[in-house]
Amino acid sequence: MAAAEPLIRVAGVNKTFMLGDEPVHALNNIGLTIRGGEYLSVMGPSGSGKSTLLNMLGLLDVPDNGQYWLAGADTVPMTEEQRAVYRREQIGFVFQSYHLIPRLTAAENMELPLTLAGIPPAERKRRLAPVISRLGLESRAGHLPNQLSGGQRQRVAIGRAIIMKPNLLLADEPTGNLDSQSGQEVVTLLEELNAEGITLIVVTHDSDMGGRARRRIRMVDGVIVSDSDSPDSGSSAA
Amino acid sequence: MIRSDDQLRFTGRALLRQRFRTLMQLIAMSIGVLAVVLLTGLGEGARQYVLGEFSILGKDILLMLPGRKETSGGMPPITGEGTRDITLQDAEAVLRLPDVEAVAPLVVGKAEISRGARNRESLVIGANQAFFRIRHVELARGQILPELPLEQTSPVCVIGETLRQELFAPQPALGQWVGVDAYRCRVIGILADTGTGLGMNMNEALIMPVASSMQVFNTEGVFRVMIDVRSVLAMKSLTASIENLMRERHDGQLDVTLITPDSLLQAFDNILAILTFAIAGIGAVSLVVAGVLIMNMTLITVSQRTAEIGLLKALGASSHEVRTLFVMEAVILSLIGAVTGTALAYVFLWLARIKFPDIPFSAPLWASLSAVLLAVLCGFLFSWLPASRAASQPPVMALQNQSGK
Ligand SMILES: Nc1ncnc2c1ncn2[C@@H]1O[C@H](COP(=O)(O)OP(=O)(O)OP(=O)(O)O)[C@@H](O)[C@H]1O
Ligand SMILES: [Mg+2]
Repeated sequence: MAAAEPLIRVAGVNKTFMLGDEPVHALNNIGLTIRGGEYLSVMGPSGSGKSTLLNMLGLLDVPDNGQYWLAGADTVPMTEEQRAVYRREQIGFVFQSYHLIPRLTAAENMELPLTLAGIPPAERKRRLAPVISRLGLESRAGHLPNQLSGGQRQRVAIGRAIIMKPNLLLADEPTGNLDSQSGQEVVTLLEELNAEGITLIVVTHDSDMGGRARRRIRMVDGVIVSDSDSPDSGSSAA
Repeated sequence: MIRSDDQLRFTGRALLRQRFRTLMQLIAMSIGVLAVVLLTGLGEGARQYVLGEFSILGKDILLMLPGRKETSGGMPPITGEGTRDITLQDAEAVLRLPDVEAVAPLVVGKAEISRGARNRESLVIGANQAFFRIRHVELARGQILPELPLEQTSPVCVIGETLRQELFAPQPALGQWVGVDAYRCRVIGILADTGTGLGMNMNEALIMPVASSMQVFNTEGVFRVMIDVRSVLAMKSLTASIENLMRERHDGQLDVTLITPDSLLQAFDNILAILTFAIAGIGAVSLVVAGVLIMNMTLITVSQRTAEIGLLKALGASSHEVRTLFVMEAVILSLIGAVTGTALAYVFLWLARIKFPDIPFSAPLWASLSAVLLAVLCGFLFSWLPASRAASQPPVMALQNQSGK
């Protein structure tokens, strides 16, 4: 292992949901270390805890116990307000169903994190322009989400996720709602962003897409059963 | 932290986007506020109207009425004929008291006023010159009654505007003779159009010297005597000395009642104040109903938009910021609704004033202010609670709320 501090260090994390009276162990003693710039895919059967893991990594949810260090900071004891700061500055999130705000234009959706952070309009424009052209959305910037195709919407969502220049980009089935053509474009875009330095974690059902990642993680019943980077973390099933 | 101009724009978008919801909330809020402001405005108008009616009499006017309205513990009079009339001599005796500036004995009745072929039953007031000053009766044309000893008759009269039109129009009335039952008098003045006062519609009245009117109605007693007191301070002692005087003149029996308009006013004012508060109460209830409506609307809004709350939090907004956004939205909405409601109420009150020019319908400031404040408070509170709850959840809960549907 490299001596440098990893971007993410997770140890002994558990998360249990109650489904009726039944406890569901969505995350079961998870341990994971991710260095800056890595490209990970998380795969596994439905209900295996992939989304739960990603939400936890994205500080959208808190583990029941265990440790989660992000960029050198222990996030578990943080207050909700402190976590909000980390979400804003460190993390970009891309959802399967885009989660765009329907009344805002593509450009406004993309600049929303800047707006929420209180950045003045001129500065927002300055930061937005390169992202829009990077995503090839120049002609769509003024459109409302319902005037865009699925692929375009997901690109807007990606634009929104990277506008704050986060270290970590989390994507939960980003191509799940897309046809293969636009899914391919979105994957390419995400990989280009990773090549530029962002740490990319993708949850996917698509084994082709999952297989493209340099590091592949497999989950079953809340447990990481294989990790291509450290075969000893689970039974090394291919 | 989001800039306040961005926050306003965000809120404005949300309100414009959900036009139906916005409209419903606006209507709910404005009706609530409208009810409060309008109802109190109507009540207050009625109150002011009655107050105004009384204030035509100055504060330094005493009324003397025949008969004793209150028994002060003593035996009620058992004399067969009951109370004695107040005569013009009594009025003159009162005038001679120190501190009495003027007296206006009044005789009031109905008589047939005729002029050629035209005639009508109308109000006849027997009065003197002082009456015009005490009651602030203004003339449109001609002169008021001449200064005469009280007992002296004179065949002159002053008539109201309606009477003039009905009897004379289009010919001029001044200098013409009219019949008052079997008597005749010459019109020397026309009253200005001042509407009603103390229940008497002066527009339909004919005013003649009190002694003449006593002949018309064949009476020795006056209906009442208005006593103009030199100084309000003397009111109390004067009341006592008038009572003494009248007791002396009426064989030791006090058979007149003295009323200060103030005391009368007080009684009415209390009743009307209660009325105003009752009306305000009705308004407040309607405001609470509107508040509940707002609460439901806000609850629906917040639950419809938990996904948005989750998203904003996922994008790095703190719970506090998210809550502020939603509370701002509700508060701005209720403020607009409240202002609309107030404006509508003022328009309605204005229309009511046009329709009933005599009644000064207008909402008291406290009612408008508290209605608006209460509305904003409703919006604030009922959005604060659900928004806080939604915003304090981990964002994933809110987000899943949508992906689950
Ligand atoms: N909010 C919740 N309340 C109750 N149970 C939950 C909740 N979120 C997740 N679970 C349960 O936790 C387990 C893991 O869920 P998770 O969403 O992480 O699975 P997943 O691997 O993402 O599945 P999929 O591939 O279908 O998206 C499931 O059994 C799920 O039912
Ligand atoms: Mg999932």
